Amino acid sequence: MGEEEGLHQTQLLDTMFVRGLKRKCFDGEEDIEGTLAGFKAIPSYNLQRQSLLDMSLVKLQLCHMLVEPNLCRSVLIANTVRQIQEEMTQDGTWQMINTQSAGQTSLDRLVSTDILCRSSKEQAEGKLVPVYSTFTKDCEGTQSQDNSEIMSTVTSPQAPRNLQSNMWEMENPQENRGNFQKSLDQIFETLENKSPNTVEDLFSEVDNSYYDLDTVLTGMMSNTKMGHCDVLETFPSQTTANSNSNCKSDLNELDHIVEILVES
Amino acid sequence: MEEDIDTRKINNSFLRDHSYATEADIISTVEFNHTGELLATGDKGGRVVIFQREQESKNQPHRRGEYNVYSTFQSHEPEFDYLKSLEIEEKINKIRWLPQQNAAYFLLSTNDKTVKLWKVSERDKRPEGYNLKDEDGRLRDPSMITMLRVPVLRPMDLMVEATPRRVFANAHTYHINSISVNSDYETYMSADDLRINLWNFEITNQSFNIVDIKPANMEELTEVITAAEFHPHHCNTFVYSSSKGTIRLCDMRASALCDRHSKFFEEPEDPSNRSFFSEIISSISDVKFSHSGRYIMTRDYLTVKVWDLNMENRPIETYQVHDYLRSKLCSLYENDCIFDKFECVWNGSDSVIMTGSYNNFFRMFDRNTKRDVTLEASRENSKPRAILKPRKVCVGGKRRKDEISVDSLDFSKKILHTAWHPSENIIAVAATNNLYIFQDKVN
Repeated sequence: MGEEEGLHQTQLLDTMFVRGLKRKCFDGEEDIEGTLAGFKAIPSYNLQRQSLLDMSLVKLQLCHMLVEPNLCRSVLIANTVRQIQEEMTQDGTWQMINTQSAGQTSLDRLVSTDILCRSSKEQAEGKLVPVYSTFTKDCEGTQSQDNSEIMSTVTSPQAPRNLQSNMWEMENPQENRGNFQKSLDQIFETLENKSPNTVEDLFSEVDNSYYDLDTVLTGMMSNTKMGHCDVLETFPSQTTANSNSNCKSDLNELDHIVEILVES
Repeated sequence: MEEDIDTRKINNSFLRDHSYATEADIISTVEFNHTGELLATGDKGGRVVIFQREQESKNQPHRRGEYNVYSTFQSHEPEFDYLKSLEIEEKINKIRWLPQQNAAYFLLSTNDKTVKLWKVSERDKRPEGYNLKDEDGRLRDPSMITMLRVPVLRPMDLMVEATPRRVFANAHTYHINSISVNSDYETYMSADDLRINLWNFEITNQSFNIVDIKPANMEELTEVITAAEFHPHHCNTFVYSSSKGTIRLCDMRASALCDRHSKFFEEPEDPSNRSFFSEIISSISDVKFSHSGRYIMTRDYLTVKVWDLNMENRPIETYQVHDYLRSKLCSLYENDCIFDKFECVWNGSDSVIMTGSYNNFFRMFDRNTKRDVTLEASRENSKPRAILKPRKVCVGGKRRKDEISVDSLDFSKKILHTAWHPSENIIAVAATNNLYIFQDKVN
């Protein structure tokens, strides 16, 4: 069921991506192969690209906890993410989000855009205790998935460290952590920008268990029901209340804050 | 050539029941030695199995040299890196033979971190008639010894023993993907994702770093080394390939650290085929010099390319291995198949090249006639001594009777490792945990 739908989704993406053309808007009369019949609408290029970005981020996060991850694979996926990010920046679709209110400190803003997911309840209480859900799942052979994945929670600041150390060789963890955290933040922030409708279109027919694993996605989606991740509630008021401020000038400040937070 | 192929299979199943595929039995490397008499395989469980070709017997001319198990040994064990809290897999990534210089055979085998030199030698005689101990090894009572005798060598059942002669450890921070023996037979190189080290066979506590592409800030890392090999004749020359689809040829005479290449091989990108997956599928998974030393062959996800060392700006030949996968790249990215590392091999005369694909298919390309063939390594589809039937993948429209459609391909059955006998038309194909050996049906 869900898996087949997930497969259809990527088959659909295959049809899209093979053309290598940008900005082609496919409408419903586009000729689709028989296996893809039954789809209501073909996602636009932006959604396809977004889906690829999301998939890549999932891959970067799911690492073999026991064995060192394949560096070549990680580099290739990271390059793909970077490529998408660059294109989205040029498009102007890459927008940074602001925090709830302008009066809050930079530290709060950092936490709110952190990749670590927080429950909305904790947020309301003003706690600064991010909860990080990590999945110990074999990232190979993802097609056959059991919905009851293992979830364990680790409190920050362990989590960002682990994420990065699983990505690159940890020769000098201290110096790498801050920079990488910054770029990850940039990447993840874009995911907050989706309106509920587009999100539902994108994910309605996708294998839920696949996206359940993605802490970032579930943390960022608003009004999207992800059955297994009750703890990973979204920020309901945040995205709608955000104003699109100029993000670039905020980045330097963000870097600084990241380094402080991560090294604390 | 496809009409002449004779099939003969040896299943690498002596260690376990092969009705269920255990992970440890997955073959991870296959390599003939320089005469083709021996064939070595390494597996995910850290074992090395060596096959030896039977002497051709005049009594049974139709049994032309079958390969039988010659030696089995555990080369690498799993280790644990306490500093990083990570396991080090025992999987054998590569085996390379040294040329034979005496009665013993020597090979290099490597896992992610450690290279070992193994000596494989035969023993078919043993000394008998010791004075101080009896045949069981127990000490004799000195008072019972009344005369001296000279021990004599008596024949015994052939015993093949493998001993580790050198262990080259602690030189690689990243995972070793290649080893290559130099033509001087005194040195060899080992390459990991970011560095290449040069070793002398006699010295295990030192190695020279000859290539280092690690950036000062790991954040800036965008390219890794994927394979490396020494030139077959020029001991100062080697090549290494990258994840961006480039090959660099280096001359060790130029400087101690060969960070600046002598030649840089890269094909310009085809803008009409550009997609988000372009870089990933351009990543080179294997690079091999031709036996002549004149050409190099590279394998990326969808093609095999032959390059002339004298021309850097594009390959001289490009062969499509499974172009029908081009429209499936997103699915293959999702299930990680797009990161599979296929190897490629030359035949002895450099006229035919071979590489693997999915569904237990492997492909051969004749460089002269430009003909190509797809064959399958599977028990169901071939019996011993049967001629292999060419296979065909149907890409769309009507599927003919014997064709298989792209959507029916089994992507879990991948042929990543193959080997070609140095002088004869004998090939070894590793299909997950089974080893197939095919021979040409001549005379």
